[in-house]
Amino acid sequence: MLWVVIACLPGLLAQTVFFGWGNVINVIWCIALALGAEAAILRMRDKPVGFFLRDNTAAVTGLLLGLALPPLLPWWVSAIAVFSAIIMAKQLYGGLGSNPFNPAMVGYALVLISFPVAMTTNWAVPGGLGNGAPGVLDTLAAIFSGQQTAVDAYTMATPLDVYKHDIGARIAAEVRQHPSFGNGIAKGWEWVNLAFLAGGIGLIYLRIISWHIPVSFVAALALMSLAFGSNPDQYAPLSLHLLAGGTMLGAFFIATDPVSAATSHQGKLIYGAGIGILIYLIRTWGSYPDAVAFAVLLMNFAVPFIDHYTPPRTYGHKKPKRGIAPRT
Amino acid sequence: MTQIWDFPGGIHPLENKHQSTARPLQFAGLPERLVLPLQQHIGSPAETRVMPGDKVLKGECLADAIGTLGVPLHAPTSGTVEAIEKHPVPHPSGLLDWCIALIPDGAETWAELTPLSDYKQRGREEVLAHIRDCGIVGLGGAGFPTNIKLHPPKPDKVNTLVLNGAECEPYITADDTLMREKADEIIAGMGVMAWLLEPERCVIGVEDNKPDAIHALKAATGDTRIEVVTVPTKYPSGGEKQLIQILTGLEVPHGGIPADIGVMCQNVGTAVAVSRAVHRGEPLISRITTVTGQALGQPGNFEVLLGTPVRHVLARAQLDETRLERLVLGGPMMGYTLQADSVPVVKTTNCVIAAAPGELDEPPPEQPCIRCGACAEACPMELLPQQLFWHARAGEFDKAEHLNLFDCIECGACSYVCPSSIPLVQYYRFAKGEIRSHRSEQLKSDQARQRFEARQARLEMEQAEKEARRQERAKAAARAKSEKADAPEDKPTKPSDKTRPGPATAVEAALARKKHNQTGSGP
Repeated sequence: MLWVVIACLPGLLAQTVFFGWGNVINVIWCIALALGAEAAILRMRDKPVGFFLRDNTAAVTGLLLGLALPPLLPWWVSAIAVFSAIIMAKQLYGGLGSNPFNPAMVGYALVLISFPVAMTTNWAVPGGLGNGAPGVLDTLAAIFSGQQTAVDAYTMATPLDVYKHDIGARIAAEVRQHPSFGNGIAKGWEWVNLAFLAGGIGLIYLRIISWHIPVSFVAALALMSLAFGSNPDQYAPLSLHLLAGGTMLGAFFIATDPVSAATSHQGKLIYGAGIGILIYLIRTWGSYPDAVAFAVLLMNFAVPFIDHYTPPRTYGHKKPKRGIAPRT
Repeated sequence: MTQIWDFPGGIHPLENKHQSTARPLQFAGLPERLVLPLQQHIGSPAETRVMPGDKVLKGECLADAIGTLGVPLHAPTSGTVEAIEKHPVPHPSGLLDWCIALIPDGAETWAELTPLSDYKQRGREEVLAHIRDCGIVGLGGAGFPTNIKLHPPKPDKVNTLVLNGAECEPYITADDTLMREKADEIIAGMGVMAWLLEPERCVIGVEDNKPDAIHALKAATGDTRIEVVTVPTKYPSGGEKQLIQILTGLEVPHGGIPADIGVMCQNVGTAVAVSRAVHRGEPLISRITTVTGQALGQPGNFEVLLGTPVRHVLARAQLDETRLERLVLGGPMMGYTLQADSVPVVKTTNCVIAAAPGELDEPPPEQPCIRCGACAEACPMELLPQQLFWHARAGEFDKAEHLNLFDCIECGACSYVCPSSIPLVQYYRFAKGEIRSHRSEQLKSDQARQRFEARQARLEMEQAEKEARRQERAKAAARAKSEKADAPEDKPTKPSDKTRPGPATAVEAALARKKHNQTGSGP
């Protein structure tokens, strides 16, 4: 689990460089809340607190939320996300290993639905540190005291959001005039995604995660984009799908949560591909600009089904035993 | 180069084999007292034929084979039978079982031996019976009677005879030592087996971490057609099913035996035992056991007389009691912690590990399963260890069985890789035990129900017969009554009546009946 934290650092660094101190503060805040909530519930459940906190899973849930939530999100929205992740999605289901849904994504989806304005307008202008972006104190003030005015000038919608809303009325070249795109694919976002991609490849190299879910996830998303959205004047282009929003964070750090993912290699391929397809469907024809959380949660529902139908063939058997054990 | 195949999964634990291979094979010596369990094999325990106080010679039969799967037991040395008693035997629970205790006289006087050097002139059945009479069982671990295994059920024909010298488990070097030092006897034993089975191919599989053994075997095979095949070191390549897969690419079918696919696998130690039995007439009275671990001053491989207490061999290997943390019988993967050092070395004891602190510590406390799937990737049988674990823990044994629980070979690769330190194999053993005891209970209750139903049916039948007879009697009585009413002057005509009518009255009665019938039925 510690390696997962380390592998996130390049992404966090890129976020900080392009979006300011918000994500760092979010990460620290969310980890602290996650550990506190985990400890409190473990104590209520009469479980050994230290033993379970040392597995670092609560910290990773907090970390992932801190990375995924908008950098200038008010503190109480983050707190609601963390509490619903740790308390409802994880501990009420029986704690580590027993949760059918990815805790971080439950928290994320809950606040996304409940506070859509806060969740979509608090992304900082990707100007970068020292480029007129708010400093640590201003960011802290924005997050914790609600002095949003100080930073209002520095927040804007995400590139995926802009593209989705503007492409109906304009052509791609016009949409790309929006400052959130910059000169690249999606200003800042492409570096953040590449940094998460690098960290994820590191995890695969260290054999901490297997390649199956990230590869099928990204491949399915790319294939969907090539098959249905090849016209950039109508749909967001492939580059934007892969390198904007939460794609790489989702593919390498969120969808790979083993507890809520499918288990066999074949199952993981199906699970990852399902997420990629759902992300494309929701981003393109749904009402949300990004969709990692919803796609992951929907595929979490499908995991028991996938697992029952993708067992390996046991040595000495002619074919795998698919489906559920017949009632005797 | 012979073609070999890979098997799925597997692990590469630290080998820790060099500690015990530094010294040549030594004789463990005569202990003060030998303790010989009557059951050292799969099958019925042997039946003792000696009494306390009897003097026995080395190699003399102490207990006879019982049943098809039985093998006899022989005196490992000459001496006096001291007692026949219950004594701790090698078992995870520290179980007590019946044993013959023997006090050696130190003379090592052999009983008269009957070799079968001319076995090629004898019948197969005679050679197999000789192998049984020499008490030979599989020395690889299971202890299955060798004569039964060498006689596969009919239409199976063994095309490939495999000798297992893989010895994949860490720490153990008993087979390695045997191959290095007794390669000729291995080849001789394989010759006897090959004569019995007439296979087309004879292969010895050895892991590539034993170059000396491979060299010795290759030298010993000479111009025979026995292939010595080097297989990559990967645990559990020495599992029977895995070695067959590596050497032939075939899988033993579920619920079947290797002979079903024309393969037979025997341990190299078993081959030596067969060779000694046939060529010298010696029964199985000793074996090579690896005695290793950091708590020993001089770890190594020992030729140990069966029945020698573990304590004795540990002393021979210079055990430092102060450093002893844990005593393990067998290897670190499939062995178990020994409760007492008084248990004897038996036919299947391949290794004793005297572990120092920090060497083979008990695993850290179990954490929740995070469904990572590492176990499934390590499983050589391609099971779903994680799902088996869930079902075993939840008591859903039917579901565990549906997921092929009984194909688990308990190699422990899953527990080895588990990041949550879950002792998975223990859950599977528990589930298997529960299912077996449930089945035997089911069988018992089925039999009881059948007995009850049979009794019920018999009683009902008797009741029905009784009822039929009663109705018969009632009908007859009614008939007699009606006749009586028709002819009140007549005497009762019931045949069972004590006042049985004479012939004359009977005729009259018959006539009266006829008359009555005619009048009754007339128009």
